[in-house]
Amino acid sequence: MAIIELKDVSVTFHEGDRTIEAVRQVDLSVSKGEIFGIVGFSGAGKSTLVRTINLLERPTSGQVLLDGHDITQAKGSALRDVRKRIGFIFQSFNLIGNVSVGRNIEFALKAGNCPKREWSARVAQLLALVGLESKADSYPSSLSGGQQQRVSIARALANNPEILLCDEATSALDLETTGEILGLLQRINRELGITIVFITHQLDVAKQIFDHVAVMEEGHIVEQGETFDIFGAPQHPTTRALVERYLGVAVPPQLVPSLPDGTIVELRYKGEDALEPLISAVARRYDVAINVLHANVEYFGAQAIGVLLVLVSGPDDALRAALETLRSRVFGFRELDRESIGQVDAGDSASLSASENDKEGKSRA
Amino acid sequence: MNDTIDILRTNLGKALTDTAYMVAVSTVIGVVLGTLVALLLYVTRNRLFLPNRTLNAVVGVIVNAIRSLPFLILMVVLIPVVQLLIGDPYTPTGGAISLSIAAVPFFARVAESAFSEVDSGLLEAAVSTGATMRQIIVGAVFPQALPSFIRGVVLTIISLIGYSAMVGTIGAGGIGDMAIQYGYNRYETGVLVAIVVILIVLVQLIQWAGDALTRRVTH
Repeated sequence: MAIIELKDVSVTFHEGDRTIEAVRQVDLSVSKGEIFGIVGFSGAGKSTLVRTINLLERPTSGQVLLDGHDITQAKGSALRDVRKRIGFIFQSFNLIGNVSVGRNIEFALKAGNCPKREWSARVAQLLALVGLESKADSYPSSLSGGQQQRVSIARALANNPEILLCDEATSALDLETTGEILGLLQRINRELGITIVFITHQLDVAKQIFDHVAVMEEGHIVEQGETFDIFGAPQHPTTRALVERYLGVAVPPQLVPSLPDGTIVELRYKGEDALEPLISAVARRYDVAINVLHANVEYFGAQAIGVLLVLVSGPDDALRAALETLRSRVFGFRELDRESIGQVDAGDSASLSASENDKEGKSRA
Repeated sequence: MNDTIDILRTNLGKALTDTAYMVAVSTVIGVVLGTLVALLLYVTRNRLFLPNRTLNAVVGVIVNAIRSLPFLILMVVLIPVVQLLIGDPYTPTGGAISLSIAAVPFFARVAESAFSEVDSGLLEAAVSTGATMRQIIVGAVFPQALPSFIRGVVLTIISLIGYSAMVGTIGAGGIGDMAIQYGYNRYETGVLVAIVVILIVLVQLIQWAGDALTRRVTH
């Protein structure tokens, strides 16, 4: 059952004479209890989109539904009640720096009308949940980035929300800390049954915890589905660019001219299929040469995706027959243009930077 | 020399009390009302609270209008107003009223800028908890703005000590009045020197106290 539904949601900003369409006609459905990811390059509109869910950003048009109820026009106490059901964590943690960790959490408890006498027990309980039992009296500045994010998770969970929104929540953290925070979020998702919507430009995050994923580009959702399917067989150029960048299936440009004649093919296969026998069988059967240029295997959850870049060469007829056989036996098959093989097919050259929030922040201001 | 000591002995106590009275009253009124005006400017400008361009512009223009008058001129303009309010404008209370009217818009801008420094991400986080505007301002904006706010209060007190000398010269009393009457009109350089020293020490002490307090609330 869908806990969050976005119907034809658009968000437009006016900045002087300029009109910025940050989100365009987005339809999205998040099922109860899942971890739903939204990925895309910087400036794709992900931050704005996730903010429409708790109405930090009100859609210019379209509807936001929570458990089937239209909340798009909620105001005053109805709006605050909606927000209490939705926790939000941010890339930059956004804790109140001049008050202690405990008081940061109490802020949310107070907002949720939790009786004052229960505060200290609840703070202790929340800090225990995120593994920071002894830190109630510390100030945020004395904590590491990972610890601050744990505090912000505790604050977001203070009012027992059904949904947790994460805006690049691990993008300011190092690899190891990212893993810890993702582990914590996964535990929260499984043990507390909290639905998570997580936006990121880091595919590492996507492949580790997302059940479903939507790919965003210039305000549009260009592709969505199960994480493994989307990343295993990306259809849209943006998804392909993200995945290729991540899986790193590119040949150094200077190598391309020295490659022998033949067709370059990208094969994708599910981890459990062994490709070695297939390749040697095809090579033998059609008497073609198959050279492996690049290979990579990545795990998405429990499932693996392999990407193989091969150069197939031989007489025309044999080559065609060999390619057909390969095509019929793999999960993804794509002939690559020799000219473009040296570069990653990035659609645009947007860098995968962590500064996305800053950019979007400015466009919202 | 004996004259100087006599003058100081008979007048300094009252002059200091008058100045302290005028500065204290106008600081309290300036900070309280100025903070309210600052909040009005702040919440009507912020898209997460109660954006209202018209109200923001109207209040902004009034604040700027009062602030655009040099205090010397504002003080003269206010003489009939003060007269209407309390009868005799040439008293410490008359001075305190003029100073308060100058202090409110001054502190309003100082406090508004302290509030505006609070990071917008933090506001988004606070709004996301479902807190009311009042809870956000008291629980998140104030604690974050407090260091700048205290520095603003110090700045205001020191400015008001300066302005209080000006109201002194037109007859409201206080340390400025004394400096002009004895130091300037009667060539009692000793009195002038004493007052200069007192002012320097006073301002230093206030600044130090403010800095110490600011450090305590910054984490």
